[in-house]
Amino acid sequence: MTRIPHTLQLTPFHPRTAPLIRGHTWRRWSGHAAASVYDWTHEHEYAAIRNAAALLDVSPLHKYRISGRDATRLLDRVVTRNVAKAAIGQVLYTGWCDAAGKLIDDGTISRLGEQEYRLTSAEPNLRWLHRNAFGLQVAIEEVSQALGALALQGPLSRAVLNAVAERPVDGLKYFRVMDNRIAGTDIQVSRTGYTGDLGYELWIPAAAALPVWDALVARGADYGLTPAGIWALDVARIEAGLVMLDVDYQSAHRAMIEAQMSTPFELALDWTVSFDKGPYNGRRALQAERERGPAWRFVGIEVNWDSFEALHTTVDLAPAVPAVAWRASVPVYRAGSQVGYASSGCWSPLLKKYLALAHLSAPHFDPDTPVELEVTVEHQRLRAAAVVRKLPFYDPPRKRA
Amino acid sequence: MTNRYDAIVIGGGHNGLVTAAYLARAGRKVIVLERRELLGGAAVSEQVFPGFTFSVFSYVVSLLRPEIIRDLELARYGLQILPLESTVTPLPDGDYLASWNDPDLTRREISRHSPLDAEAMIEFGRLMHHIARSVKPFLSLMPPDPTSLSLRDLRGMLKLGGHLESLGSERFHALYKLLTMSSADYLDEWFECEPLKATKSASGIIGSFLGPRSPGSAYVLLHHYMGEIDGAFRAWGFCKGGNGTVSNAIAAAARSWGAVLRTDAAVTQVLVRNGRATGVALETGEEFTAPVVVSGLDARRTYLELVAEKELPDELLEQVRRFRFRGSSGKVNLALSELPDFSCMPGIGPQHRGAFSISPSVDYLERAYDDAKYGGFSRRPYMDIVFPSMIDPGMAPPGAHVASIFVQYAPSAIDGGWTPARREAFGDTVIDTLAEYAPNLKSAILHRQVLTPADIQEKIGISEGNIFHGELSLQQLFFLRPAAHWAGYRTPIPGYYHCSSSTHPGGGVMGAAGRLAARAILEDA
Ligand SMILES: Cc1cc2nc3c(=O)[nH]c(=O)nc-3n(C[C@H](O)[C@H](O)[C@H](O)COP(=O)(O)OP(=O)(O)OC[C@H]3O[C@@H](n4cnc5c(N)ncnc54)[C@H](O)[C@@H]3O)c2cc1C
Repeated sequence: MTRIPHTLQLTPFHPRTAPLIRGHTWRRWSGHAAASVYDWTHEHEYAAIRNAAALLDVSPLHKYRISGRDATRLLDRVVTRNVAKAAIGQVLYTGWCDAAGKLIDDGTISRLGEQEYRLTSAEPNLRWLHRNAFGLQVAIEEVSQALGALALQGPLSRAVLNAVAERPVDGLKYFRVMDNRIAGTDIQVSRTGYTGDLGYELWIPAAAALPVWDALVARGADYGLTPAGIWALDVARIEAGLVMLDVDYQSAHRAMIEAQMSTPFELALDWTVSFDKGPYNGRRALQAERERGPAWRFVGIEVNWDSFEALHTTVDLAPAVPAVAWRASVPVYRAGSQVGYASSGCWSPLLKKYLALAHLSAPHFDPDTPVELEVTVEHQRLRAAAVVRKLPFYDPPRKRA
Repeated sequence: MTNRYDAIVIGGGHNGLVTAAYLARAGRKVIVLERRELLGGAAVSEQVFPGFTFSVFSYVVSLLRPEIIRDLELARYGLQILPLESTVTPLPDGDYLASWNDPDLTRREISRHSPLDAEAMIEFGRLMHHIARSVKPFLSLMPPDPTSLSLRDLRGMLKLGGHLESLGSERFHALYKLLTMSSADYLDEWFECEPLKATKSASGIIGSFLGPRSPGSAYVLLHHYMGEIDGAFRAWGFCKGGNGTVSNAIAAAARSWGAVLRTDAAVTQVLVRNGRATGVALETGEEFTAPVVVSGLDARRTYLELVAEKELPDELLEQVRRFRFRGSSGKVNLALSELPDFSCMPGIGPQHRGAFSISPSVDYLERAYDDAKYGGFSRRPYMDIVFPSMIDPGMAPPGAHVASIFVQYAPSAIDGGWTPARREAFGDTVIDTLAEYAPNLKSAILHRQVLTPADIQEKIGISEGNIFHGELSLQQLFFLRPAAHWAGYRTPIPGYYHCSSSTHPGGGVMGAAGRLAARAILEDA
């Protein structure tokens, strides 16, 4: 007999993460309870991402195992990148679109074998995959619950893994995946993440989640390993200029009107759109858009500090910067008229800059374009001078090295 | 001379009251004449058994037009709509299918049955939302006559065309399907999970003599999607104090503007002089005069009973005679010593704050329809069950509860007619069926009230007991409701108007017809 669930879904790591969370700062992530922050504030957790090693429970991601004779064909029909070209052991970041070239979701595809892949996504995509699999010989299996996932991110993440995993990860290149073992459990390690730093993601059978966590935490202590929540991740991903579904764009499957949808070009994901493969969803529309040029562009915005400070000085305040990243629609102006909107922003403790991710309309999105970001100072909506920047804001060589 | 008014409304159903309130607000001297001892018609709360209050007929609200709530300040007069949060469909194998108020929870629950349906649900909801949003303005629109060339009708047709055009092709095609398909076929295009399809298709059969596989049933599905509460579409709620509170709040608003509301006043005749309506006569012989007479009764009574046939064109009489009522719904109201404990989800919990739907499969519903099609009541009926006392504790004494069970099918034209014995047999069938899912039910029943279409007709006068004052089938909607050329609340008799659910946009505790009728009357003045 089934009972009405008493809580949100819990990840396989919940027994370990729950005792760590001091302020009961849970939030929702795909129907799961996820920590916003474990400690009182997220400063230390963010610092761990950039300075040592942070451990993030990313199990709420949706995960699909796609296998069979036509697995490659299915994925190539669905996503914008060229999957057939991926080597076994390679991981691709990609988006996928509807027929009009509007982005549905984005995620990674790990090629685990000649005919076997793992796709991750932010939202459920089983139905979309099934609909595209018509007439193909392919098995699509949702493994979201069966597979726990941890992100181990930061400059010392490699050292932590080498200390804990049976096989060294030194040879694992950026966006590659390998089999490994931790605490006697077969897992997979991919050199991927959402922080723009050196980092790995671990794909762990849910049943063995706790021993793997324990092993990482036990050995990781020597390397400053710190469990981190979404607040820390949010700052890191803004510095890295990575888009987030439901924050920076809406899925074409959820948007209520066309204006709410985005194309990969508008989101500056040009590099993920392949035209050297056969037909796929949205290809024709994307081809046309490439020729035409996108109407919008996802860019970085850097607020001019002097301007920002001056707005505060007038009311006798020191500038107040958002330590926790905001996720809201904030108007961006140029020469008095609105030219777009920012969808996330935060203070970068590393770069010492107030950053935002924004959608600007043509022709205002070229790097170094002077713009203005709306800021609210003492209940007044003002505009701070800012400048368009190419993303990412922060891109340390160790990410790929 | 005290019986002189600017307008007389026949029937104190919620639509009649809405018309009266708007006319009174516009400064008219109005009287409402209601046959029963209380106002509200199908939207009443009654203490059928001491201490137990029932929404005797209609029991949930969602279609009530927000503009009426605002215009008449109904919140000030006691209207409070409480959330109805979930629907649980118990299944014969001991499992259940539930939809909760939270999208994550619902997705997780539906995934247990079909992961694909859990995702389809989101897209389906989005499409229905869009269609309902585009069609919704029609609810507040006086139906234009497409065959007329008057400026008003042409403007209306233009507006209508504009709404349809704004749909875009994908949604227009979906709307076309909704208008033409059966709810089962329509849902088959989206879902695979049987109880999910059945529970959804149940909204397509409510109030009609149609099965889920009858073409046309998909439209009623849409009709039910048009409800909104606080801007949220497809949200159903409970009215605190029962649905009588809706009527009482409207009545209070009408009184605040000076309307006179009289109960125990059965109208037998609309007085017509020189082809114009001049007043009404009551059963008692008492007469009231007014230049405006509005019927809040169904089309059959409005045209075939209250006025002489000679006053009306044959072509209209023909259409009204053919207007389909065919009541198919019954109601069982229970006073309970304790809540039913459903074996699929043991214990008393949040599930009791929502609805239970006995709709395990489309076949089950279609079989229930088959029984009715051939002259009987369903041996295993579809039921929609709610426990208003779980949400509004004032509905029953502390610890005790009330249940409201909406049942289909109970055909008005049952073989042999509705006798007291047949009514009780129908009641027994309902209880027996429900007790299979909640074994403690029978011992918990303190009192029961069983209403067949014949009872609905007798108590509140709706012909053949059709809950919507005539089926909501396509040939009886919009500019055909209740009859071609006479869908604009006006009748061929100057001064005589029609404001009940038999007019556009049809049945449900919605008030839209009453409001539009008031507008037509004020336009003519
Ligand atoms: C059992 C049942 C369940 C329902 N469930 C729901 C629900 O849950 N939600 C929903 O939205 N809708 C529901 N409905 C439909 C909805 O209640 C009706 O469509 C709506 O209330 C009808 O309102 P009305 O004002 O048009 O007519 P009525 O409510 O029928 O009003 C007509 C009034 O006229 C009076 N009358 C009749 N003859 C005379 C006469 N000769 N002289 C004077 N007065 C007369 C009657 O007594 C009555 O008060 C249900 C209906 C029924 C019957």
